[in-house]
Amino acid sequence: MQISEAWLRELINPAIATTELVEQLTMAGLEVDSVTPAAAEFSGVVVGEVLAVTQHPDADRLRVCSVGTGDAAPLQIVCGASNVRVGLKIPAALVGALLPGNFKIKKSKLRGVESFGMLCSEQELGLAGTAEGLMELAADAPVGRDIRDYLSLNDAIIEVDLTPNRADCLSVEGIAREIAVLNRMDYRPISVEPTVPGHDDSLAVTVSATEACPRYLGRLIKGVNNQAQTPLWLQERLRRSGLRSLSPVVDVTNYVLLEMGQPLHAFDAAKLTGGIQVRRSRKDEKLNLLNDQTLTLDGDALVIADERQALALAGVMGGSDSAVADATQDIFLECAFFSPATMMGVARRFGLHTDSSHRFERGVDPFLQKRALERATQLILDIAGGSAGPVAEVLTEAEIPQRKAVLLRLQRIKKILAVSLPAEQITAIFQRLGMAVETQTEGWLVTPPGFRFDIAIEADLIEELARIHGYNKLPQSSLLMRSELSKAPEALLDIERAKDLLVDKGYQEAITYSFVDEALQTAVAPNDLFIKLQNPISSELAVMRTTLWCGLLQAALHNTHRQHSRVRLFEAGMRFVREEGITHQQKMLAGLALGGAYPEQWGESSRRLDFFDIKADVEALFALTGTPVRFEAALHPALHPGQSARINTPTGDKVGWLGMLHPSLEKQLGFDTNVFLFELDQALLLQKQIPSFNPLSRFPSVRRDMALLVDENVSADAIVDCIKSCGEQALRDVLIFDVYRGPGVDPGIKSIALGLVLQDFSQTLTDSQIDAIFTRVLAALAAKTHAKLRD
Amino acid sequence: MSATLQDILTQALQALANAQDLNQLDEVRVHYLGKKGIFTLQMKQLAQLEPEQRRAAGQIINQAKNEFQENIEARKQALQQTALAARLANERIDVTLPGRGQGVAGLHPVTLTLRRIATIFASVGFQVVEGPEIEDDYHNFGALNIPDHHPARAMHDTFYFDAHTVLRTHTSPVQIRVMETEKPPLKVIAPGRVYRCDSDLTHTPMFHQVEGFLVDTEVSFADLKGVVYEFLRAFFEKDIQVRFRPSYFPFTEPSAEVDIECVMCDGQGCRVCGQSGWLEVMGCGMIHPEVFKSVAIDDEVFSGFAFGMGVERLAMLRYGINDLRLFFENDLKFLQQFN
Ligand SMILES: [Zn+2]
Repeated sequence: MQISEAWLRELINPAIATTELVEQLTMAGLEVDSVTPAAAEFSGVVVGEVLAVTQHPDADRLRVCSVGTGDAAPLQIVCGASNVRVGLKIPAALVGALLPGNFKIKKSKLRGVESFGMLCSEQELGLAGTAEGLMELAADAPVGRDIRDYLSLNDAIIEVDLTPNRADCLSVEGIAREIAVLNRMDYRPISVEPTVPGHDDSLAVTVSATEACPRYLGRLIKGVNNQAQTPLWLQERLRRSGLRSLSPVVDVTNYVLLEMGQPLHAFDAAKLTGGIQVRRSRKDEKLNLLNDQTLTLDGDALVIADERQALALAGVMGGSDSAVADATQDIFLECAFFSPATMMGVARRFGLHTDSSHRFERGVDPFLQKRALERATQLILDIAGGSAGPVAEVLTEAEIPQRKAVLLRLQRIKKILAVSLPAEQITAIFQRLGMAVETQTEGWLVTPPGFRFDIAIEADLIEELARIHGYNKLPQSSLLMRSELSKAPEALLDIERAKDLLVDKGYQEAITYSFVDEALQTAVAPNDLFIKLQNPISSELAVMRTTLWCGLLQAALHNTHRQHSRVRLFEAGMRFVREEGITHQQKMLAGLALGGAYPEQWGESSRRLDFFDIKADVEALFALTGTPVRFEAALHPALHPGQSARINTPTGDKVGWLGMLHPSLEKQLGFDTNVFLFELDQALLLQKQIPSFNPLSRFPSVRRDMALLVDENVSADAIVDCIKSCGEQALRDVLIFDVYRGPGVDPGIKSIALGLVLQDFSQTLTDSQIDAIFTRVLAALAAKTHAKLRD
Repeated sequence: MSATLQDILTQALQALANAQDLNQLDEVRVHYLGKKGIFTLQMKQLAQLEPEQRRAAGQIINQAKNEFQENIEARKQALQQTALAARLANERIDVTLPGRGQGVAGLHPVTLTLRRIATIFASVGFQVVEGPEIEDDYHNFGALNIPDHHPARAMHDTFYFDAHTVLRTHTSPVQIRVMETEKPPLKVIAPGRVYRCDSDLTHTPMFHQVEGFLVDTEVSFADLKGVVYEFLRAFFEKDIQVRFRPSYFPFTEPSAEVDIECVMCDGQGCRVCGQSGWLEVMGCGMIHPEVFKSVAIDDEVFSGFAFGMGVERLAMLRYGINDLRLFFENDLKFLQQFN
């Protein structure tokens, strides 16, 4: 909400500068977003009166005016505006004046006629973006008065960002009330004398939805001139609050909304049929709104209607069928209290957020309506004339929100705020806030005023106390609180350790969006069920990823398109997979690598990355936990069918995948190089064995190597598994140190060179014992894998 | 010493001097001291002498032989020195050439910031807990005292999957999840991704928050101020000014926004702080009685505070990053600046 500082100071004027005033508001929880001057800088402009107008001898469009500016002799000023006429009061820039944009007014000659100044439009004074003709001032504007004084332009516009609980401050009065409290001043609400009715006519008002509208006031004002000019001061105040002047009646309702926080609505009485009804809408009832929108209502919306039709969406927006217009003469002025419970969500449901709905849904003072209606009546009569009828009021007392007395215990103040304030200070704060305070044995019974919808429980009172006393004056304890030793689960690896390992292996951490493009998601994981956002921000961010590869692939492309030929990225985050009606949110760790196996460097020939480079990185991750995972050739739709592995735990749980991006996907996505990917389930990856000690053998270990000839389709794992399953007690380790195909080995056959590490716990192995082990292992290999010893 | 022996010694010493490496030196040694070496032969010839002459002659030969051996040692050391010097000269490299190998990358600035936050809070016993990112509206709103249609819901531009399933708009639901299953005392921080349906220069639809809360029998607003104050000073490693401003969050009361003295201009006023000299860095407050009610914790016995901060915001201030959108572009030129 933005308001004029001068307006505010008219209601309450503490002897402090603007900066301090603004600081006070901010530190009381009414955060001031900005303070801007009400008008651009200019000087030397006064109220002038056009005394005489003659045609310029040499220019059709120019007039030579005689302008009174309060000095003894009128000034001759040449003017090109079409609305210049005798008797008009206008802003006159004198010789020496400085207008916005550093435009200096000098004595000049226009087509041979001397001109001693300039008559100004609103645009030239920086008060409006555009203007047609001179700015017309009121007939009673004092000639010679500085225009900045006259229009109160030495004013600031204060923009306050109010939190939803402070509906009571959505008005100049509300903020003034708050400033009074902060400065220990008395605030007296604007006093309004009830207008003596000039006629007896009224409209019958029936309220059927009493819980939604506990108080409804209205009156007929007859014979208004809605084409009258809204006074400049009122227009200016509206402008400084960001509202345009439209017509006297609408301007007044807007003005009272800003001044008191009470929304009002005026209907053109001539367009109404019968009395006013406040009721729930009928199913499929139509309502034509002021913004030219037509609503089709359900059976639940609160409307203001006449006998024929719905006229307004209560508390939100009026209708076009009953709107006041230039020709309007009789109006029915409505001023109601609609309950917040009814109003909440209505504006959002219809997408109609208005100044009125904003206030009603947060809570308008239920005791304000009479005063606001009288205030608006007075202003309308002042500006547009007319005669007001009696006020019709429908009140359902039982539905008026009652501010309950709240018990505030001294002991709670101490517990929550850790402060001991003198009782007088506490009661004084609440009294200044307009609350009734009654002393009790434990503390106080505090009753908030009607406009404080946010005070309902003890904690609300404690917050008020803290707020007015000042948060920064409250004590601050130095740490510590009760402390316990932290838990240190050793059987769980910290994901940060795994991330560090990848960083140390040259993978840069990426963070990509959890929602991705549906087409990409489908291309990368066509078999996964994903879930869609109902209201995505764009189609590129519309479905939840079922694999972190989507984001990593996009990030990699972003970089390959920017001349990076070697990219290594990883990400830790959730994937979201739908299975059997349940969305699983699984934390994953995924990586991507493309380009050279190593950064380009001197002294080593460069080599493209391959499967086993990435596999080594994945194995290193599992080495952190000591989990002996197994890599099993398996098909994944995103991966090269011959270079993809599923990673399983020894108990068969599926930890993740590793492989080369499928060449067709590589092409489709726009890569021009092989891309390698892995993705691991964090829950399985991070499970760790707590180390358990094994005794060391005191006897020497020996190594025996063998070269085996096996069929191509016998995997390395099959050979190692076979050897390990022989049950040789002395076998400590098996390592593969060469794989050979080519001359000397038949096609379809490969030679695998293995080393067996043998060591016994009770003796030094003899040659004959070693030979026996070797023979038994070979026999098992021959039986299970048809391996032969290579000569 | 006989003339012959003197000649032999002179020649032998000359031969040593001529030896250019350890091999040649060894050949010289064998030539004179080997089984058939010249000095050895001289010693053998002693046997032909009379015993009384033998002793004197033996001494003389030994003298010559010793002198020769000393010279071998000296020559050997000299040759070793020369050989080492030659090797060292030969093995000289350009130490300014870059090293070889894999090279080390780095963590994302969000992770760096999260780790700093976690480390600081872990030092006083806060546990890290994470929660789901797809949340039900009860945990994201209802249990946090934000009922349906409450104006505060409009402050969260929420992504929906259906009427009751959302992407969490803050990390506060973790508060509820922890308090539902564990009893006080509780000291928790909850870092993670959060989502808002908003995207422009200063908003990304996904960002990170850290929620922290503490519940115990005697926890006051003074403790909250103390923790927040000390955290911010630890995080920025600076004795900055900190102020608490009344604010409103449905799930805390009293609620506060926390401002720090602008770290860019030391509070003098600049573009980053909008000339105010202050930067808003987090929201906090005492846990609302309604929140305690929804998790069945007796607020007459227990009290607690909660705070929440935007991680990208803190990272931007800490590292001077001026464009929020860079965080999720994953441009290596950006990411590598934090290695
Ligand atoms: Zn600054």
